[in-house]
This record gives sequence, C-alpha cells and structure tokens, in this order.
Amino acid sequence: MSSTTNSPTHHTSTIGAIGAPSRRNTELALLVFAVVIPVFAYANVGLAINDSVPPGLLSYGLGLGLLAGVGHLVVRKFAPYADPLMLPIATLLNGLGLVVIWRLDQSKRLSNYAEAAPRQLLYSALGVALLAAVLIFLKDHRVLQRYTYISMAGALFLLILPLVPGLGANIYGAKIWIKIPGLGTLQPGEFAKIVLAVFFAGYLMVKRDALALASRRFMGLYLPRGRDLGPILVVWVISILILVFETDLGTSLLFFGMFVIMLYVATERTSWIVFGLLMSAVGAVSVASFEPHIQTRVQAWLDPAREFKLSRSGIQDGVVHSEQAMQALWAFGSGGTLGTGLGQGNSDLIGFAANSDFILATFGEELGLAGVMAILLLYGLIVERGVRTALAARDPFGKLLAVGLSGAFGLQVFVVAGGVMGLIPLTGMTLPFVAYGGSSVIANWALIGILLRISDTARRPAPAPAGNPDAEMTQVVRPS
Amino acid sequence: MNKPLRRIAIFCGLLVLALLIRDNWIQYVQADELRTDKNNRRVIIERYASPRGDIIVDGKPITGSKETSGSDFKWKRTYKDGAMWAPVTGYASQAFGATQLENLEDGILTGNDDRLFFRNTLDMLTGKKQEGGNVVTTLNGAAQKAAYDGLKRQGGKGAVAAIEPSTGKILALASYPSYDPSSFAGNSTTTDTKAWQKLLKKNNPDDPTLNRALRETYPPGSTFKVLTAAAALEDGLYTDADQNTKTPLPWTMPGTTTPLKNEGNIPCKNATLRAALQYSCNTVFGKIGSDLGNEKMLAMAKKFGFTEEHFTPVRANASVFGDDMNPSETALSSIGQFNTAATPLQMAMVASAVANDGTLMKPYMVDELQARSVDTIEKTEPEELSKPMSSDNAQILQSMMETVVQKGTGTNAQIPGVTVGGKTGTAQHGVDNKENPYAWFISYAKGEDGSSPVAVAVVIEDDKAVRDDISGGGLAAPIARNVMEAVIKSKK
Repeated sequence: MSSTTNSPTHHTSTIGAIGAPSRRNTELALLVFAVVIPVFAYANVGLAINDSVPPGLLSYGLGLGLLAGVGHLVVRKFAPYADPLMLPIATLLNGLGLVVIWRLDQSKRLSNYAEAAPRQLLYSALGVALLAAVLIFLKDHRVLQRYTYISMAGALFLLILPLVPGLGANIYGAKIWIKIPGLGTLQPGEFAKIVLAVFFAGYLMVKRDALALASRRFMGLYLPRGRDLGPILVVWVISILILVFETDLGTSLLFFGMFVIMLYVATERTSWIVFGLLMSAVGAVSVASFEPHIQTRVQAWLDPAREFKLSRSGIQDGVVHSEQAMQALWAFGSGGTLGTGLGQGNSDLIGFAANSDFILATFGEELGLAGVMAILLLYGLIVERGVRTALAARDPFGKLLAVGLSGAFGLQVFVVAGGVMGLIPLTGMTLPFVAYGGSSVIANWALIGILLRISDTARRPAPAPAGNPDAEMTQVVRPS
Repeated sequence: MNKPLRRIAIFCGLLVLALLIRDNWIQYVQADELRTDKNNRRVIIERYASPRGDIIVDGKPITGSKETSGSDFKWKRTYKDGAMWAPVTGYASQAFGATQLENLEDGILTGNDDRLFFRNTLDMLTGKKQEGGNVVTTLNGAAQKAAYDGLKRQGGKGAVAAIEPSTGKILALASYPSYDPSSFAGNSTTTDTKAWQKLLKKNNPDDPTLNRALRETYPPGSTFKVLTAAAALEDGLYTDADQNTKTPLPWTMPGTTTPLKNEGNIPCKNATLRAALQYSCNTVFGKIGSDLGNEKMLAMAKKFGFTEEHFTPVRANASVFGDDMNPSETALSSIGQFNTAATPLQMAMVASAVANDGTLMKPYMVDELQARSVDTIEKTEPEELSKPMSSDNAQILQSMMETVVQKGTGTNAQIPGVTVGGKTGTAQHGVDNKENPYAWFISYAKGEDGSSPVAVAVVIEDDKAVRDDISGGGLAAPIARNVMEAVIKSKK
C-alpha cells in the first residue's frame, strides 16, 4: 500500500498503486484443477464400487464446472481484485464433499441416504448463486455497517427459531434445526454466524476506543470498566442460553469464540482473551454439570471404547450412548497413512450422520492421513487468506468483519474436525463445504462471497486519497 | 489493528496444527492398534472378504469357501467332514469368531500375514486379488477316520490322539461327540445362531465343542504304569524286565493300614516288572511309586511332558501329577489315580517316547504354511522335547508293553504281522467312584526295522465299561488298533 505522504503525481515512488495484478487468470487455472480433481475422484469411486465409470460422471463434471465457471465470471466482472485462492479452494472442497457424499449414497448399510448427492449439488448451486448475489449487489462491504443493529435483531431471531414450538426439530439431542414443510430442515445457526459477525464488526468499530482505553491496570492486565463489560456479558449469556436450550455446544463455542477474537482485534487488549477463556470455561463446566447430553459427549470423548460397549450392551441408564465416536476413530485408524482408496472403506459403519458431521472420517479411512492432512491444510489456507484479507483491508469495519468470518470458519473446522478425531468432545456441526447439509453449504458460499468482496476492496488499486475516512490510513502518517 | 490480526493468524495456524498432530496420532501412531481392535468390524469383514485359504490333509483340502450375499461378509467357510475334523480345524464363523487353527493361522488363511507382504504387493501391482495361503497339516486322513468312526460306533464321549513317534507329527486328533463347524459358519440369526446355541454347554450337557483330545484331562489309570515302570528302570530300582520286584501281597500303603487292592485275583506276589505290567498289578507299581518318592516320580512325569501346556500350535492343556504328596498318595498317583490327570495327547506322547527309544519329540500338527501358489512360507522341523529314558531302558519297556498285547490285557490291539506294544487302563472317578469309569488304551506299532510309525492314545467314557481292567482292552484297544492299521496301510 502506498503511503499517502507521496504525491500522486510522483510516479516513481508509488509502489502498490500501479498495476496491482488482478490474479484472475491464476484463479482460473486453479479452478481447472479444482474441477478436474473431484471429477477423477468421482470416476475413482464408481470404478471401485461398481467396476465401471459412473454414468453420472459427465453431468457431475459439467455441473461442478458450471458452478466454478459462473463463480469465476461473476468474480472477474464484479470483484476483479478479489483473492484468487478462496474460490478454487472452496470449489475443490465442495467438489470432493459431493464425491464422498455420493460414495456414501452407494453404501448398502446407509440406504436412507440414497439421494443425498443430487440434493447437495442443488444446494451448492444455490450457494454459488448466493455468492454471485453478494458480489453483484454488495458493491461495498461498508454498506453492511448501516445494518449493525438490524443484524443483531436478525441474528437473535435466527437463533431463537429452533426453539419455537412446532417449528423446531430435535434431531438426536441437538435442537438446532427448523422444519420447513415440503423443503426439509434448515439450520438457522449457520446463517446467524454471518449476520452476527456483521453486528459484532459494526458494534466494535464504534465502541472499540471506549473498550480499549477506559480501563484499569491490575496485575499486568488492563481490566475493562464495569459498564463496558456489558456487551461481552450479553453475548456470553446468549451463548449459554444456546447451550442450555438448544444443547449445542459447538454453535455456542463458535459464537463466543468469534466474539472474543473480534473484541481482541478491535481493542488490542489481551485481557479480553483471558476474560473470554475464563467465561467460556465457567459456562461450559457449569452447564455440563447438569446437562446429561453434554456429559455423555464428554464421556464418549474420554473413553470411546467404554461408550461403544455401553451402546452395544443396550444398557438403560437414562442417557443415549453412542458408539459413533469409537467407530469414527476406527475409520481413521483403518485408513492408515494412505487410506483404502475411495469407495473401498467401511466408514459407513458410523451410521447416522456419516455424510454430515462425520464425513471427515470417510476421508480419513479412504484417503488416509495424506488426504486428511491435505483437506486440513486447504481449510487452513482459506482461513489464512481470510486473515490476510483483514490485514489488507483499509477500513476497520472490513478488518473486523473479515477476521470475524475467517476466525469463525477456522473455529468451526477445529470444533468439528477435532470432535470427529477425538481431540475435543464431539459436537454436532458440519464441516464447511464438505459435509452434507443445505444450510451449511449455502451459508459458507455467502461467507466466501463477503470475504471476496472485502479482499477486492482491499486490493483494488489507487483509492482516492482525499476524503478517505479510514482511521487506519491516518495512523500511518508519521514523520519519518 | 494489525498486530492482533497477526496474532489471530498465528492462533488459527495453531488450531490447524493441533488438528494435524492429532490426525498423525490416530492415523499413524495408533493406526495399527485401531485397525486390529477386536471390536472393529473391519477385522471380520476382511477375514471373509476373499476366499480363505484352506487347511490341507494328505494333499487335499478339508475346508472350502462359499460366496454369500445379504451381509457385508462376502465369503463363508465350509468344511468337509466338519465333525470329524473339528478338533483340528476349530471353526471360523462370521458371527461367533474363530478358534484353533482357523484362529491361530488366520493371517496366512486370509493372506494378511506379514510374510505374504511381498506377494501381496506384487499381486496389487499386477491387479490380482489378494488370496489366502494354505495350512498343510501333519494329519493322516485314514487314521483320523478310523479314530472318529471308532468313537462314533462306541457312542459315548471319548477322544483319540495319534503321533508319529520319530517326528512328533500328530496323525489323528478326534473327539466325540463333535460338531459341524459349517452349521454356524455364517451370520444368519435364524439358522447359524440356532445351531450355535444348541452346541453351547449350558444347552447341551455333552459339550460337543470341547476338544477332548487336547483340552480335557482324565485320570489315566493303569496306562500311567508305563511311566512308573520307566521311572523304576531309569532310577535303577530294577534293571531288568524279568527281575523279581519283591513285592508282597497284600501290600499296605506306607503310613496307612489300607492294603492297595488289585483288580481281581491276579499273580502279583513277587511278580516281575513284565508280569506286573501284563496283569496290571496295582501293588507292584504302587510300591515303585512310594519307593521312588514324590520328587522322582514328578521329575519323570515332567520329562514326559506333564505339568505344562503344549502348543501344537493349538494349545493342549497341562496334564497333572501332584507334588508335596505323602508316600501313600504318591503310590496312588503312580497307578494313575489320586490327582493324576492327563490329556489324550499327553498319554500318546508317553507311548511315543517309549516307541522312539526314549526320545520324546515335540508334538505338532502344522507341517507347512504355503502361499496360494504352493510356495512354502514356513516349514515346521521336528524338534526334540526331552529324553526321558535311555534307549536301552526304552527297549526293555517296549518288550514289556509288547507282552501286554501278546498275552496280557491288550490282546485286542494285535495286528497280524506287526509288532504292537500297549497298555490298558480303567480309571475310576467321581465321588465314591460312582461315575462311569474311563477306559484307556495307549499303544504303538513297530515296523520290521524296529522304528515306529505311530503311537496312539484312546480314552472312552462309557456306561457300558465294566469296572475292571479288561474294559480298556475291550473298548479302547480296538479303536487304537484300527488307527494304527490305517497309518501302516497308508505308509505302504
């Protein structure tokens, strides 16, 4: 970024302003790989299971190619300076997810999943459509700033929806879905994640000075004033309420974690992180002490083999014992370093949610350690490109929104992948782009859309120096 | 704002790093443990994913595999003459696991054994499906059939073990009543589970899944006198078969006022060792036991293989000879009563050590492990287990046992043109000896060159058995004879 102290006419000293490459051709080249790799994987599954190239290969390839192509053209036209990596990585993950969902459709053990892959392709198309809509209609992400408090109301509304009697659906202990007659179920929490990030960004941008500066120093930490604690307390209470009423540890952790990250970035005060950790620990422990659903999850995490035996023994002690944690670990272990090859594993032994919450176990068994590490690194790349976008953004709202969205994305990956791999207790959440579930895939495409918009704004060359309200830019002006 | 942003970038990187480390932990460090966990269904899915290798007797398979549908197990085990071979093969059931050779050699039979790794890799490269290898046994089909048919004709519970004395190869291993492992090889809850339930001991007092030849110990009764005679000769207590043992009749057990009884009115007073064995004198062998003492008798029993488990590779239970006994208990133990108990395999080992001029070979039933392409992966070499007696003393004992068959209690075991040595036994058991006695016979056959092709032990529990020594000769000896004959014929 060029310094505003340089005269705009003094060409030799401006560095960033001239000809910042749009990188659209890089994106296109990467997209070719992102489409070709899943197509090969698709053929691989068909050959492994039915000894023939699957008949749907062409339409699948065309479908994925079309999604990538539309996404690319929209970005090229409406966000030409956007980050070149996010769209290809998201397409690749989405494509591989579709392959594995289709592979699990073929499972004889899981006959109830028969038609998940075509539906997921439809959801992906809706997701890319939403991404296009975001890029076309949201010319500047700062517009979102205007809707700070409407966002708050919207997010609360979305979060309360599953608790409305007659609308909410309790599926295997977690009440995070709503039923829409004729369309299936929807997970409002996935959308609430984005709306809430908009609210946090708008709110913190305004309040960050008060939160950062008005504080007392105590034992090396800057303690916030009592009244400034208000917002974090409200968010904390909401998270706890989600935990109690929707029994969803994952979403609760995700929202609270996202807020703490954004608060820390806005105020640069480490004390907020300490507070955040303390509060989430207190909240989680106290809720877990009386919520049997969460207690079983913790027990299954500490000793999955025992939980497997309890589940098999058919013991009736008032809680639902699940063998899934153990089954997932066996799937990973049986995959080993290189995996069994697509279509040749037995990850469908996991049963319920094998193609959504547990889908990473299928990657683990069939693509092995190598495949899972590649997937995890792809997620890492998306997150780091998101934080990179935040660094490059010129306005605090954009910075906060970008870091909030990518931080939430990273936390979600950590919570679900860590849960399936037994690193942390298992919570019902979907692996972004890969897991089966319309809400998740649509919401995450929208999330990528917003990140692309922010990065486009950030990398766009030569912003008019005059009248720039950007606080960050004025800080750069220093006598050298 | 950029400093905290960079820290958040590092934090997110750490989250991914934690996931990567965890992934390496479960997919690399713990992978083998998880993959082979006995509760992991993949273990049995893999066991039945391709046709299992076969268990081979006399160059022909006694097992097979059948393709099935309707479950995630592709192939099912089948058995030819399953009931006859069950004590050798054990079973491999989709629903109820595997035992004995089917379990112990599972790696070879499924083709997952590390020794097949190179071949499997080659097969993978050439696009061939992985195939299981074969387990070639030492068993003799004709001898096994003679043993099983004999037990079946008898009808009561019983077992036979036959060994080739010079190598330790197990030639026959039969148990009756038996079970057909084919009947529950699948995983159907209607047919297989029912068949399985019927075989369980709680539903079937005959306990047909018990491998009596290896896993049941019986009081060996008078057959144990062979071992006592060996102890007397080795110790130098007597040096000749025809030497007067100077045993009074009646003989009162030391430390008691109870005379040790003989079965019937037999000439045991001052009998020679040969006559004592011929008529099965309790007094003579009881006195030998008490004269030698607990320690020496136990040492000799151990040399013959008592008190330890034998792995053929299928495990055989340890046979028992008591320690810390007083002289009268030692006397009873030395005629195969009191605490003494032996598996049929153990008594066959006693006969085989005598027949092999005093050298006991380690019994084994797996001759060779082969890859499907009939290449040998591992061959078992005969191995000496111990040398319980000198060959001179062994030959003295042989002449005594041959007398038993020529004109003693074991005449039923005679084979025209073949030298046979043997010893009968009838063991009482139960409270006040109320239960059916066990009829025993151990014997060996000898070729013209003096080497022995087979030693055999037969035990039968039958209410038809009379409470005297003749029943061992009457019930068990004919089966032993048929087994020996079958082995001799198959050698020709």
